[in-house]
Amino acid sequence: MSIHEEVELLKGVPLFAKLEPNKLKLLAFTSERLTFAPGQELCHQGDIGDAMYVVLGGAADITIDTPSGPLKVAELKKNGFVGEIAILCDVPRTATVTVRETLTALKITKELFFRMVTEFPTMAVEIMRELAHRLDDTNRQLSAMRARAA
Amino acid sequence: MDSNLFKYVWRNSRPEQLVILGLVVLAQVFYFASLNIPKTIVNDGIEGKAFKSAQTVPFLRIDLPIPSFISDVGSIRLFDGLSLAQWPYLVGMSCLFLVMVTINGLFKKTINTQKGRMGERMLRRLRYQLYDRILLFPPAHFRKVKQAELAGMINNEIEPLGGFIGDAYVQPAFLGGQAITALLFIMLQNIWLGLIVIAVLAVQAFIIPKLRRKIVALGKQRQITARQFSGRVAETVDGVQEVHIHAASNYERADIVGRLGRIFHIRFELFQRKFTAKFLNNLLAQTTPFLIYLIGGYFVLFGDMQVGAVVGVLLAYKDLPGPVKELIDWDQQRQDMQQRYEQVIEQFEPDGMLAAELQAIPNAAAPALSGAVQLNGVALAEEGGAPMLDAVTLSFPIGRKVAVVGGAGGGKEALAQVVARVAHPTAGGVAIGGKDLAELPEAAVGARLSYVGQDVYLLPVTIRENLLYGLKFRPRGPAAYEGAALRQRETEEREARRAGNPVLDVAADWVDYEAAGASGPHDIDQRVIEALRVVELEADVYRYGLRGTIAPAERPAVAESILKARAELHSRLADPAFAGLVEPFDRDRYNRNMSVAENVLFGTPMGRTFEPDNITANPYMRKVLNELDLATPLAEMGVEIARTMVELFADLPAGHPFFEQFSFITAEELPEYRALLTRLSGRTVADLSSEERARLRALPFRYIEARHRLGLIDEAMEQRLLAARQAFAAGLPTELASDIEFYDVARYNGAATLQDNILFGRLVYGQAQGADRVGDLIGEVLDGLGVRNAVVQVGLDYNVGVAGKRLSAGQRQKVGIARALLKRPDLLVLNEPTAVLDAATQQRLLDKILAARGALGVLWTLSRTAQAERFDEVIVMQGGRMTARGAPSELSGDKTYTDLLAAG
Repeated sequence: MSIHEEVELLKGVPLFAKLEPNKLKLLAFTSERLTFAPGQELCHQGDIGDAMYVVLGGAADITIDTPSGPLKVAELKKNGFVGEIAILCDVPRTATVTVRETLTALKITKELFFRMVTEFPTMAVEIMRELAHRLDDTNRQLSAMRARAA
Repeated sequence: MDSNLFKYVWRNSRPEQLVILGLVVLAQVFYFASLNIPKTIVNDGIEGKAFKSAQTVPFLRIDLPIPSFISDVGSIRLFDGLSLAQWPYLVGMSCLFLVMVTINGLFKKTINTQKGRMGERMLRRLRYQLYDRILLFPPAHFRKVKQAELAGMINNEIEPLGGFIGDAYVQPAFLGGQAITALLFIMLQNIWLGLIVIAVLAVQAFIIPKLRRKIVALGKQRQITARQFSGRVAETVDGVQEVHIHAASNYERADIVGRLGRIFHIRFELFQRKFTAKFLNNLLAQTTPFLIYLIGGYFVLFGDMQVGAVVGVLLAYKDLPGPVKELIDWDQQRQDMQQRYEQVIEQFEPDGMLAAELQAIPNAAAPALSGAVQLNGVALAEEGGAPMLDAVTLSFPIGRKVAVVGGAGGGKEALAQVVARVAHPTAGGVAIGGKDLAELPEAAVGARLSYVGQDVYLLPVTIRENLLYGLKFRPRGPAAYEGAALRQRETEEREARRAGNPVLDVAADWVDYEAAGASGPHDIDQRVIEALRVVELEADVYRYGLRGTIAPAERPAVAESILKARAELHSRLADPAFAGLVEPFDRDRYNRNMSVAENVLFGTPMGRTFEPDNITANPYMRKVLNELDLATPLAEMGVEIARTMVELFADLPAGHPFFEQFSFITAEELPEYRALLTRLSGRTVADLSSEERARLRALPFRYIEARHRLGLIDEAMEQRLLAARQAFAAGLPTELASDIEFYDVARYNGAATLQDNILFGRLVYGQAQGADRVGDLIGEVLDGLGVRNAVVQVGLDYNVGVAGKRLSAGQRQKVGIARALLKRPDLLVLNEPTAVLDAATQQRLLDKILAARGALGVLWTLSRTAQAERFDEVIVMQGGRMTARGAPSELSGDKTYTDLLAAG
């Protein structure tokens, strides 16, 4: 895939929706585009994280370790992103992401991530929105579980 | 060592000094004979005084004049001579003069050579002895000395001694002889002139040394300040990290400036005084000719003295101030050197030097240690410090696995050091099998006991050499010399003996293979690899091996195995699971994971000619590209790259890391390219200057299609670049043939690493964990072919750098442990050697090392008390005393032990 096609692809990613085309091109040029085969892991729970991934195609499962074995908590699909928590809060990976269908992803290193968030506030807002959604989901699940437990 | 330099020199070079003195005396005879010749030439040869009474005069007649105050005989005839007329006589006398001058010169040369050689031998002896003494310093002394100062003393401070030692006896004898001869001659000519000269000399000899007393004292100060200065420079280098961390660079500068100021003042003062002394010296020396002219002239005019005699006196006197001045110089040098020598010697005589016999070279392997390790009232204390061990008495069988635990400062480290003889007890003693440890020869302790502390020191040699360093107790087999090399070696040995150096050959085989359980050089690596596995360093060394290179001609078996691995890897890569991970080198296909330049070269550059920085300007490369009409397409690609770079990087501030990482163009060049692109608008590259075209043409050389993805290289371009590849190889001039090793699937590439040889291709960009997956696959392939060890052996050639700095702290410790394991000592003393490693690794290593030791003994100082349960016996240390001991299970009632356990 040439860089021009990749820029077209990135335009479709909501996270980058409001970025100017030349910034997208810079992003495409400077970040690594990785192909993961099914079964490979983008990240493993407990490892140190140094990058986040924006999925350009394919699918992966997000699981967390529980005493009764791995528990699937979410799915990762095209245009989704993962791994931002570890680089935002400097904590180990909070979940394991395992590829289900051959997946291509843009790897954004911690350094690049912070530079982009500072330079492009729209991207920061987009990430906040996504995090808020996830928090909302979690809260909902928690109250459902409490209700069930009660 | 003698505290007096002269005694030292005399004792160690008496025969040589006597030979040289003999030569000096002989030289004086000729020198004296030559003094008479000018007088005879002037008086008889030219003025013809002798020919007034006779037709012929005897030539080469030798008369020994006897001064009138001894006898009135006049002279004694030694040789009657040949009768010659005036002209032949003049010719004969002139030739004789030339012969005498030559003989004197030859004497001088021989004497100087002999002196120089003797001086160098003495210097060699002295340096060796000083170094030898460092090896005999008591261990505690090394806390007080600075290594740079020791090195400076051995190397620089005694260097001038070499020149002086040759002169120590010869110079005064030679110069004194010359002076006395000249003086005697003057006396013979005229006793009054002689007396005057002696009087002036006496004044000189009295005043000058007085002036120089202060100079000697200043010289001493200069030596000490210079030594401390070099010590400070070394400290700055060693502690440079702290200097930067604490921003102390200007404080350091201030310190050095202060020192340089002191050195300047001392040196300046020294010069001033030296030149004053010189001035007075010269003045006094010139007084004498003044008196000779005056008084000699008086005798010629009013006495019975001949002009020739005055000329002779003057000529003799011409030779007198020289020797006298040099004698005075020599005397000053003598004081200076004696002072220098004393200064150095006293630094090399600390209290408690080890007995040299302990380090004698054994003529057989050290016998195994057996029985019990016995400590009797052992105490260890730092000078003026708290005792680290306080009357410890204990005993354990040498083959036992003993753990030592205790809090910080409890004495566990000191206990380990005392048992390993790394530290010497200040009271009490350690015995092994009834033998006093302090009296065991070092070779026995080195072979039979081993110690690893918390800070392993490695030499800047290969990993293998560092590991084998623990086996070099004595030379095992002489190095093989033949022909000229053998003669050279014999000369060197003779010379070493003359300088009092031991005849030891560093090129001999020193490795004690049997001690490591090997039978020779061919299987020692096997033992080394086993030791590396125990300390979990084998995988690291394997990786160094993969990154290493070999000369295929020297190691054909390894090269062949690697070629097999290459074939095997590529057949495995055909597996769909690994598809697309590697793009192999294929002469007939463009490799999209290589740069344009690499694709055309299609080989590994050897030397500088075809390195990436040089390739664009390489005339042969340009010729090839021009002939294939590639110059313009490449320049057009350059335009495309420049345009993209200007577009992408325009807004980034200069110095942004992206420029470094991703750009083909630096931030400074960006405006130039922008201007170039503006000039280009509406025109073609053909309209640009040749320099601008060259700049553009250079850009795509580093362009990698798969990585940069600008879509610049289509199918057609690939074909054209492939044609260039073929043309480049086909037309390569013979003088460039050695600058590149082409990729050839059937050949081992000596310029590339083992890994690149196996891979024979490029990792494809954008494959997640591609490098790891291919690395694992290479590992599997090598294991399958049984050549992993060959790779590890190449890795053993990895140089660890100065003080092992190219290894991590953990790796250094592992090398240290492996080195101690390799020699299979009867007792291995480990003093928290794994403290730098993480807890899980520590535990694994502990188990592996204990297992590897089998029935052999271990004394291990633990930082984590929980690990003690793996041992037969535990010794609990507190306050420098043993408070409890027993099997781990028996100690559950001991409060100190349980507290330590609870603390982790």
